[in-house]
Amino acid sequence: MSTGPTSATAASTPSGSAGTTATLPRLDSSGTPAVGLSTLVPVELRKAVDTRAGRWLVAAILALTAAAVALVVAVSDDGERTMADLLSFAATPQGLLLPVLGILLVTGEWSQRTALVTFALTPSRSQVVSAKLLAALLLALAAVVGAILAAATATAVSGTEDGFADVGVTTILLFAALQLLNVVMGVAFGLLLLRTPTAISVFFILPAVSSILFTTVPALADLAPWLDIQTAQMPLANGDFSLTGEQLGQVAVTGLLWVGLPLLAGWWRATRAEVK
Amino acid sequence: MIDVRELTRSYGAHRAVDGISFTTRPGRVTGFLGPNGAGKSTAMRMIIGLTAPTSGTATIGGVAYQDIVNPGRHVGVLLDAGAQHDGRTGREILTIGAQTMRLPRSRVDEMLATVSLSDEEAHRRFRDYSLGMKQRLGIAHALLGDPAVLILDEPANGLDPAGIRWMRDLLKGYARRGGTVLLSSHLLHEVELVADDLVLIGRGRIVAQGDLASLGSGDGRGAALVTAQDNDALAAALAREGLRSEPEGTGLRVHAGTADVGRVAAEHRLVLTDLRSGAQGLEDLFLELTASTQREAPSTTDGHATTSTTKGAPR
Ligand SMILES: Nc1ncnc2c1ncn2[C@@H]1O[C@H](COP(=O)(O)OP(=O)(O)OP(=O)(O)O)[C@@H](O)[C@H]1O
Ligand SMILES: [Mg+2]
Repeated sequence: MSTGPTSATAASTPSGSAGTTATLPRLDSSGTPAVGLSTLVPVELRKAVDTRAGRWLVAAILALTAAAVALVVAVSDDGERTMADLLSFAATPQGLLLPVLGILLVTGEWSQRTALVTFALTPSRSQVVSAKLLAALLLALAAVVGAILAAATATAVSGTEDGFADVGVTTILLFAALQLLNVVMGVAFGLLLLRTPTAISVFFILPAVSSILFTTVPALADLAPWLDIQTAQMPLANGDFSLTGEQLGQVAVTGLLWVGLPLLAGWWRATRAEVK
Repeated sequence: MIDVRELTRSYGAHRAVDGISFTTRPGRVTGFLGPNGAGKSTAMRMIIGLTAPTSGTATIGGVAYQDIVNPGRHVGVLLDAGAQHDGRTGREILTIGAQTMRLPRSRVDEMLATVSLSDEEAHRRFRDYSLGMKQRLGIAHALLGDPAVLILDEPANGLDPAGIRWMRDLLKGYARRGGTVLLSSHLLHEVELVADDLVLIGRGRIVAQGDLASLGSGDGRGAALVTAQDNDALAAALAREGLRSEPEGTGLRVHAGTADVGRVAAEHRLVLTDLRSGAQGLEDLFLELTASTQREAPSTTDGHATTSTTKGAPR
């Protein structure tokens, strides 16, 4: 084998760089149609439902919502169920599945490694994350509207006297806000953990562990509604939408703690993580 | 078009890319050649902003990739053909790309035709694609926005000989129309046939660069191996002409081209028994590079060389 001074001689050979002194053409992209949220949100919505898994998830959310409402009506005595009641039943399957939708919207990019393509086409990662968040919110909103329609129909069908008496604008808004908060929490955990199995497990286990901790340790009981998200949302989950100011505050504080904080941290991580 | 300056990326103490600088020009294919783990992919990821450089810069047409508006319309990228969602069809993958770049849907059909993926194949799920089909789809994706620059990481991976020929013709045609291509490979013979310029990288550092012809012939590193009936007389004659030489094997290694050596010998009426170029060919250069960056030197193993060079490894 030759022992010539490979690197030194070869690297300093001027022959190859003969043309580099000429000025290179500049790239002018000012006339190119820009990619903004109006482009990216529809793209993210499309990505959410263009695979069999995605379509199944969305179909499952809609079907289970309808099924939950129908089941409750079927097993209840006529005239027993009010709309607020039914809404809280519809909230259960949605509360479980909408966050998964949010998680997958984010972690799918990492586990399927499509982030490589996504971020190459849209280098502004914050823009991509915003688009995902908006897409998740839109999907959740669609599910919420579906749930409200299902509950209203069921209430009307079951012929409950004054069945609509306990639903006002506040009820609807609280119900919607709860579901949207839930899906954002899913997105936040997705951004923070970036891996589907990890994000899904942590999303379900962490609040449960926290809830157990706060309800079993007597010293923490007073703090529970302010720090534990499940405790704070308990009334809503039970179909009681008439919250006191304090309860609303508790929902807001735990929301900041469990959704706002992870979202910030996740945003920071996902926009910086090396993509490969 | 692509201008890389002192680009460096460290992972802990390990410098995956160590101060590399090179330029690619329009109308030319630049091969980015180096053994496994040399830092090619890391460098390419830094060029398009997917990995933050530890130091140094990379620009395309004077602009950082992140600052290009709708970059897919200007720079076609294929970093890993396998990085697509398993559950999407080929057509769907291209449609998402076209939608993101705000291109008409007709581009999808055009690109499918360009890479010869049939309509039926385009409707298959990505997980059912063969390696070669994935690679073709990746090329189609990179070409979607009709970019002026292509950055391709090992695009020939998984292609059969016909596919490699196809890719070669495609890239050559693309460059002939004024496009700039940067493509990486760890196989010399793959790059040799398509590249105009070459950047050789090993252990994160550039070992050699230049246009293929000069690197290949070793013109720039003129050297001749010569054997005369009277080597001492030849050495003396060469020295009088200002040409350095030293003994090597049965003759001399001269720091000059073969023509110069022949002329000196003729003028001094010296009989040569052998005269040939002693310059290192590209393959020698690359083999040496590969060997020195191997975990196990091929010669020290029991025949199971782990080289990934043109020689091919034994079974
Ligand atoms: N995230 C990381 N953490 C630690 N080391 C890394 C990381 N990414 C890359 N490396 C190291 O950087 C070096 C260069 O890797 P890179 O993938 O760029 O090589 P390559 O030239 O593309 O090789 P190949 O031909 O095998 O694709 C390797 O030693 C690799 O192990
Ligand atoms: Mg690589």
